[in-house]
Amino acid sequence: MFSFEQLKKSLLVSLWFAFLTFPLLVIKVDPIERTVLWRWENMAFVAIGSFLISLLVHVFYKQQERRRVRRAAGGIVESEPLIQVILKEPKYLYPMSIAVLLCSLVFPHLFSTYQTNILITALMYVMLGLGLNIVVGLAGLLDLGYVAFYAVGAYSYALLNYHFDVSFWIALPIGALLAAMFGVLLGFPVLRLRGDYLAIVTLGFGEIIRLILENWNEFSQGPSGISNISRPGFFGMELSLDSAILYLYYIMIAMVVFTIFVVNRLQDSRIGRAWVALREDEIACQAMGIDKRKTKLTAFALGATWAGMVGVIFAAKTTFINPASFTFLESAIILCIVVLGGMGSIFGVIVGALVLILLPEYLRALSDYRMLAFGAVLVTMMIFRPQGVVANIRRSYQFKPKPESEGR
Amino acid sequence: MSRPVLQVDKLSMEFGGIRAMCELDLEVHKGQIVALIGPNGAGKTTFFNCVTGIYRPTGGNVFLNPPNGAKPIRLNGLKPNQVTEKGMARTFQNIRLFQKMTVLENVMIGRHCRTSSYIFGAVFRTRSTLREERETVEKSHLILQKVGLANAVNELAENLPYGAQRRLEIARALATEPFLLLLDEPAAGMNPQETQELDELINRIRDEGHSILLIEHDMKLVMSLSDKIYVVDYGRKIAEGSPREVSSDPAVIKAYLGEDIDA
Repeated sequence: MFSFEQLKKSLLVSLWFAFLTFPLLVIKVDPIERTVLWRWENMAFVAIGSFLISLLVHVFYKQQERRRVRRAAGGIVESEPLIQVILKEPKYLYPMSIAVLLCSLVFPHLFSTYQTNILITALMYVMLGLGLNIVVGLAGLLDLGYVAFYAVGAYSYALLNYHFDVSFWIALPIGALLAAMFGVLLGFPVLRLRGDYLAIVTLGFGEIIRLILENWNEFSQGPSGISNISRPGFFGMELSLDSAILYLYYIMIAMVVFTIFVVNRLQDSRIGRAWVALREDEIACQAMGIDKRKTKLTAFALGATWAGMVGVIFAAKTTFINPASFTFLESAIILCIVVLGGMGSIFGVIVGALVLILLPEYLRALSDYRMLAFGAVLVTMMIFRPQGVVANIRRSYQFKPKPESEGR
Repeated sequence: MSRPVLQVDKLSMEFGGIRAMCELDLEVHKGQIVALIGPNGAGKTTFFNCVTGIYRPTGGNVFLNPPNGAKPIRLNGLKPNQVTEKGMARTFQNIRLFQKMTVLENVMIGRHCRTSSYIFGAVFRTRSTLREERETVEKSHLILQKVGLANAVNELAENLPYGAQRRLEIARALATEPFLLLLDEPAAGMNPQETQELDELINRIRDEGHSILLIEHDMKLVMSLSDKIYVVDYGRKIAEGSPREVSSDPAVIKAYLGEDIDA
């Protein structure tokens, strides 16, 4: 079952882990009593645990290797995973989506306000993920400063509301537009950059926006932030807290549906194909007559638009914002959502957002270990399924035998 | 004779102090297949890159004369996508397909510069966008039939066998509706059977009214296809003429085989 080689390697791994965790988990110094507690049992746990995990990983690799060999020999026909079949076939996909939509519509009436609140947050990240997916997943531009546009949206509503009492519904398009403008602003200097260099510049851009918000007191009230932002009004009516949350939840559902609709139509369009081509090969893309500048700027602007909209919603939801909400960690989480879910795949990003946002919420019971578990999930995912939970599938076209026949 | 479709005047390219190409003249006439040959590192691909706008040449001029009699177009300083829009498309020496896209989508990308729908049209699926999409799919499919890839439309480009990838590159370039096609070593790495098919394909493309400029190392292919051959070495033109003239030119023999010791 296990080869000697595998056992040996796993043993080494477990020894190494036992050694690494020794100072932290085994020795416990009590400075008051001046005693040292040796907790050898911890070492045993670590050793056994890492041994088993390492063994599992080795077995998994071996199996994959075997599969690859067999596939190369043409022995097995890869059967498509169930999820891909469902996503491909409209006759499964439409009923599924309607069912999911109905479930989400009745959700707040079945569960507590607390649960609804969490789900609102998760839905916000779904939108952010889908927005970043345009930039990273489709156009292949690694953007580490995505949170800047989120901040632009949030602050544009907060400031407009604070100074001019602008309502949520008017601020929503304004925030989106401002974020798009910032997207273009960032896009211009990075047109020539790719990969790592692009990542660094966008990272810097994100930090610049945050630092400006933190230090320009006259403009943004600095670290103390802006409070008392109004919640979205329902035809001029003041809503109680509970119904305001309910209202926001339905707004979010509508926004997510709208986002999915738009992104879905974009990705199989002329411009969507141009983005993917840009991701695949920039030089060939230009040689095929695609204007690199325009395509890149559109991607940045559109991605930023979504972040701007979610920013406005965020400000309206929390009624208080300060620069601490827009740190690099936010960008990293949104990027994780896209990468973990599956680059370029709408369904993947939705799953990614729900998992990454809901998991830490419900893992609160594990308190101290929740971030550890979170990290472990990320690492295992990247090892076992680097293409994400749901890989992107390209649209296929059917042709009838006759050449004159219509496409699709 | 009418104006050449492609007219290159004293084109030079320097990288720092290195002269990769020195005052090269070249003409391609309508319906011709012209080959550019020379030993490795002679500057052939540099020539392609200068003409198509990937490099900015340091001297000389490139003119494109559309066969429909429109005004000559000066290509210097244009970006690659603008050059393609003017009617000149190219393939690459090391295959540069969009690997994670399907075969059909690769060709559809070629139609990008001949279509115009944008975000609004894509989101609202306006009538003109739908018509454009349908046309794009149909035309791309026709081109794929022409190069013999119609049964692989939904395959990912990376899964195609090597020879098919080469043909897909040609199909993609054809989709941009060029009157001049630049092929950079289309037969590289092909077996004799595939090369034979390629020979037929290139001839067919020419018969449809495209002019072709190609770089190629396979001498058999070059000799059977070309109407005219230019030979370059160390960035300079050392010979030009019909296949027969070139193959008996002493300078060419010297460049390819080295100098005779006794001479």
